[in-house]
Amino acid sequence: MKRQKRFEALKKRPIHKDTFVDEWPDEGFVAMMGPNDPKPSIKVENGVITEMDGKKREDFDLIDLYIAKYAINIDNVEKVMATDSTKIARMLVDPNVSRDEVLKYTSALTPAKAEEVISKLDFGEMIMGVKKMRPRYKPANQCHVTNTVDNPVEIAADAAEAALRGFPEQETTTAVARYAPFNAISILVGSQTGRPGVLTQCSVEEATELQLGMRGFTAYAETISVYGTDRVFTDGDDTPWSKGFLASCYASRGLKMRFTSGAGSEVLMGYPEGKSMLYLEARCILLTKGSGVQGLQNGAVSCISMPGAVPNGLREVLGENLLCMMCDIECASGCDQTFSASDMRRTERFMGQFIGGTDYICSGYAAEDNYDNTFAGSNTDVNDYDDMYVMERDLGQNYGIHPVSEEDVIKIRNKAAKALQAVFDALGLPKITDEEVEAATYANTHDDMPKRDMVADMKAAQNMMDRGITAIDLIKALADNGYPEVAQATLDLQKQKVCGDYLQTSSIFDSKWNVNSAVNNPNTYQGPGTGYRLYEDKDEWKKIKALPWALDPEHLKL
Amino acid sequence: MADIDENLVRQIVQEVLAQTKNVDTPIDFGKNSSTATATKQQANSKAVPEKKVDWFQPVGEAKPGYSKDEVVIAVGPAFATVLDKTMTGVPHREVLRQVIAGIEEEGLKARVVKVYRTSDVGFMAVQGDHLSGSGIAVGIQSKGTAIIHQKDEDPLSNLELFPQAPVLTPETFRAIGKNAAMYAKGETPEPVPAVNDALARAHYQAIAAIMHIRETHQVVVGKPEEEIKVTF
Repeated sequence: MKRQKRFEALKKRPIHKDTFVDEWPDEGFVAMMGPNDPKPSIKVENGVITEMDGKKREDFDLIDLYIAKYAINIDNVEKVMATDSTKIARMLVDPNVSRDEVLKYTSALTPAKAEEVISKLDFGEMIMGVKKMRPRYKPANQCHVTNTVDNPVEIAADAAEAALRGFPEQETTTAVARYAPFNAISILVGSQTGRPGVLTQCSVEEATELQLGMRGFTAYAETISVYGTDRVFTDGDDTPWSKGFLASCYASRGLKMRFTSGAGSEVLMGYPEGKSMLYLEARCILLTKGSGVQGLQNGAVSCISMPGAVPNGLREVLGENLLCMMCDIECASGCDQTFSASDMRRTERFMGQFIGGTDYICSGYAAEDNYDNTFAGSNTDVNDYDDMYVMERDLGQNYGIHPVSEEDVIKIRNKAAKALQAVFDALGLPKITDEEVEAATYANTHDDMPKRDMVADMKAAQNMMDRGITAIDLIKALADNGYPEVAQATLDLQKQKVCGDYLQTSSIFDSKWNVNSAVNNPNTYQGPGTGYRLYEDKDEWKKIKALPWALDPEHLKL
Repeated sequence: MADIDENLVRQIVQEVLAQTKNVDTPIDFGKNSSTATATKQQANSKAVPEKKVDWFQPVGEAKPGYSKDEVVIAVGPAFATVLDKTMTGVPHREVLRQVIAGIEEEGLKARVVKVYRTSDVGFMAVQGDHLSGSGIAVGIQSKGTAIIHQKDEDPLSNLELFPQAPVLTPETFRAIGKNAAMYAKGETPEPVPAVNDALARAHYQAIAAIMHIRETHQVVVGKPEEEIKVTF
């Protein structure tokens, strides 16, 4: 066929690099309300759920049983299940109904009922629902701090800069598992240099991750994955109970944690049991709630291109974020992984979470160039900072970050690199040279850094673990070598694990270690005139308004 | 050392076991799947027959190796016989040729086994490293995702993981083989450089899912690993 020139031009647009597929419900390629999803039902006998979503108790799989036992408010369930799903959906949007009133209903939903309620909402209504149901008063954001060669000095510098820009939570991971202890201490030292009170984590294999937390190298954990079918669970050598046990391990050490789930993982792992993404995610959210875990990272997360490939996909993604909040748990709402080659579609990806305002709009904004993002790239990275500041300023809408001056960034990056240099020196780890400190201060990517001996680093990281080094040794090293305020911040973080207030839902700290959570600072949104608004948040709005490259019209030289 | 009455110990153990039986209900992992102790082989109804491939021939059940200088390459249930190239189009034959060449460059021997009981790359490698005389295995899924795994590691841990199949080239597969062999010799090689293609997900994730679904259809629960004779 002779090509039509407009079609030829369109074919070259970035959107054509994304992959789209038709629905295939039998293998889970359907966003919501799939033809094989169960219909909502409930039967309670003597205080025990004996039938749920068309299945008798004796036919329950592990996840059904866990949810029926632990995740549903039995006192309300019969009333809620008898209530029309549209009526519950309307409560989410209605400014006359308070968040507490909604929770009476949404704490007693079965997975199929939860799916049905969400499916009654269009995208705009979901945004309204998020505004009301977010647990914490003020939205915030989380970032990734990584580089593909696991350069510790660069991690420290990037963490300090990200703290300055406003991220209250930061996450690192490794390209090579054996590097994990170095990445964990680098992000810790860097972030506490940038701003005392930042929480950090190191996403690695679960046993190692817990160990890093117990050593005091991390402040929270997030990569405790749960899935919507038994087979995907057991393929990972897990059950809902083993995840619940792991959750209690963190709690017992005073470490904050949340689970991770999201649409598409079961399809990607080959065992969706013919169910839709939203139905399976509803099961994940409920089993998180049932585990007594304070929060969840969801919103398709690293499987975003699965819902992204099918109709209603991004509506489903915001819907699962909202459902998480309807269960009264912290929601770190995804927007964390590369999603599209099209800049327009990249923006579409976070719009609902941004305008609705979630606890953490991104659960991984790349605080490095995507080239260095070891999570395989995020939807937004350092190159988007200025765009995001402008969007916040344009809309008066909080994205949780604010402009910073180049001078301040240079200063803080340098200090973080030097603090880590002192720690490495005091602990007998492979030397960080002055040249590396200088390079990290001004670096954009790891290509700007001198090459380190990675084998020596990995051996030293292992050796550091073998020697039983803990956060206390880091604190001593910082205190004895000219960084008393970083030492103090690192010590204060350990103290918080003893008092445990930050184990409450949606907790973050300010720079004075005051906890800010759904308990002491809950969301009060109930229509116009209520709730958090950026343009009424004096200090933050001042920072956003003061765009460094805005012209001063009064004194502009023409 | 105190004398231990073996019968008494046996009796106590039996009593304890009897009690626990009353307390715990055994977990049943669903009717259609099975536990690790299952002996019956269960194929998926959606499985398609495997093609006969002259360069990739099954020669019977794989046995544990005892030679310290071998590295096992454990491939997925659809590898070569149902699917024939990775998601970026690298032929499976070329993948194996490169990994084997990488191992042989270090003076070690490569053994190829096909794993049927799982399509998960980590657990595939675990089956492999338990058969490997050196305790080192390379796991490779049909879509191209690869891992280097050592016998005493947790299943979900790794020596090196290559989760982004779209960036794996024939050269990377050769480097993976070479590093696996170096681990088998007790050396600590510089990890194969991680490459990032931030936009790979947008293009490849759905395709990865389709390939993985096809591979998962080929899983046969309880079926032991098959030794593969490879001729190039």
